Amino acid sequence: MIDMISLAPLGQADFWLGVGVVAGIYSIFTLGLQLNVGLTGIVNLGQAGFMAIGAYAMAILIVTYHWPPWLALPAATFVAMLAGVVVALPSVRLRGDYLAMTTLAAAEIVQNVAQNAIGLTGGNNGLLGFDAAWQTIQVWMLGVLSAVGLGNEDQIPLFLVVWLTFGIIMLILVALQHTPWGRVLRAIREDEDAAGALGKNAYAYKVQSMALAAGIGAIAGYLLALNVTLIYPGTYSADFTFIGFAILVLGGLGRFAGVALGSILLWFVLEATRFVDLPLAADQVAALRLLIVGLVLILVMVLRPQGIAGKREEMVLRG
Amino acid sequence: MSSTASAEDAALSSVNHEVSLSTGSRALVIGAATIAVALLLVAVKGYQPAAQATVNGLVTGTFFALGAVGLALVYGVLRLVNFAHGDFLTFGAYIALACNTLLSLPIIIATVIATVTTALMAALLELLLWRPMRTRRAGHLQLLLTAIGLAYVIRNGIQLVAGADPRSLRVNVTSAVSFLGGLRLGTTELAVVLVGLVVLVLVAILLSASRLGREMRALADNLNLAEVAGVNTGRVIIATWLVAGGLAGLAGVLVGAAVGVLTPNFGFELLLGLFAATILGGIGNAYGALAGGLLLGLAEEWSTLFIDPSWKLAVGFVILILTLLIRPNGLLGRPGLK
Repeated sequence: MIDMISLAPLGQADFWLGVGVVAGIYSIFTLGLQLNVGLTGIVNLGQAGFMAIGAYAMAILIVTYHWPPWLALPAATFVAMLAGVVVALPSVRLRGDYLAMTTLAAAEIVQNVAQNAIGLTGGNNGLLGFDAAWQTIQVWMLGVLSAVGLGNEDQIPLFLVVWLTFGIIMLILVALQHTPWGRVLRAIREDEDAAGALGKNAYAYKVQSMALAAGIGAIAGYLLALNVTLIYPGTYSADFTFIGFAILVLGGLGRFAGVALGSILLWFVLEATRFVDLPLAADQVAALRLLIVGLVLILVMVLRPQGIAGKREEMVLRG
Repeated sequence: MSSTASAEDAALSSVNHEVSLSTGSRALVIGAATIAVALLLVAVKGYQPAAQATVNGLVTGTFFALGAVGLALVYGVLRLVNFAHGDFLTFGAYIALACNTLLSLPIIIATVIATVTTALMAALLELLLWRPMRTRRAGHLQLLLTAIGLAYVIRNGIQLVAGADPRSLRVNVTSAVSFLGGLRLGTTELAVVLVGLVVLVLVAILLSASRLGREMRALADNLNLAEVAGVNTGRVIIATWLVAGGLAGLAGVLVGAAVGVLTPNFGFELLLGLFAATILGGIGNAYGALAGGLLLGLAEEWSTLFIDPSWKLAVGFVILILTLLIRPNGLLGRPGLK
């Protein structure tokens, strides 16, 4: 399940580039969680569902309806954001733990649909052939890169695109954080009633926060699709959100840059398990890696709830 | 000495009184409505398919109820949404599997060992993890994420040891009984349902009639008040985990026996159903969870009369979401309970 980096052993550099790609994709994914959990105080456990909706919408528009990618990408982002609104409208009114369950259930429903609505999603066979345009761009990028002496590794174009995307989204979010809009989100997280008393419609702001996070999740979904070239339900398993949460708490709540730190650290540890020669079958190695994710969550929560780069008071959330 | 004891009894009996009064009449209405729906389905879809779906629903409902009661007890007493509860079921099932297949113990002994081991694990986690975190005044989010991490550790620990291949307990899954004009039920399923229902009745008696049960409900109602009234909260919390863990372990074995196959993921896959059952009955309300579990099992199986069974899981999630939207305090919960 987690073995999305099925690289042939092409050498260490390509291997770690591949790890960097996945770490970058998860950084983008977790930026959405940071916006929801760290900045707004809503525990969104359905982020993987929004990632799936974005990626499936993109692939269906391109493969089934032959939309050009430049139109399919914004359209699919819009679909994911709309799904974010649909999930948020009823659920952000609820208490924190109910919200967590509802969003997780929403993500499970998305996965159920991906598996069962075979006419739309291809079921467990998945969808192929949505990345023709990307292949062209990749070849062009490799040409440019080799002209400047950097063209040896196939993974470099995606690596650059992923981290460039991360940088852009992070800068936008950091900028948003300092706008009146971002300050209201923070106020809602600190004390929703007080924000309401100041005339701010906390409900509307929370819905906007979730929609924006869903859009960011969709973007992570496209990049993950390009990395694995096949979209099937397992690519977007609902519990990937929890890997995002491990990254989130490692990096620290409330710090957008911490997300990159947490993601690189987690994926470095997870991938390093490949170099330890363990007498284990493939499913056991996969289990060991997710066991590490769980241990990271528990240890950070028990020992250093503010994460590596976070401030302690960021963990004091209201139920 | 005797005056504090009687004050405590008074506080406890007031709790008891309130619960039985508010839930009793509503439970009757819900029961009547359920029977009405069942009769309607028989009228629309014919006797055999509708009655068979009802029987299947009661089987599934028994698992949901057993799992959900523990989830509700823990939530009620500690306000902890235990995301690892589904994996408690898996843990119990795999302990039974190890006893049953590796050690060749009979299934009944394996079930008892699994129930006890899971109960002890839950209590041990309270001592090693949850109590220290409460002492440090850990926030909601901290506890939630710890529970999610724990779920990962248990599930993947099981997969690390046992692998991901589907496994089976040594039970008879082929023979079946026919009854009431063409309805079928596997003999193992029948045994499972009987065990499940007997245990559920025992739990209901424990909660309503025993001192421990009243103390648990007093804690669920108001922990500080119960403490002031002289209830030994630390002891009751341990007892709550023992009951919740034991029920989860037992439910896991029963699911494994009735369904026939086990994977390390099955408990987590049941978890949202358990949440749905818990919320349907009113979160933190153990009787409600019991009823919610049975209702959810019926709803999922009844849905297969109209749509493809592969959507069964989604039906459970939709019920979860609808309940939260329409009646977040559940069918048996009191409005305004926070």
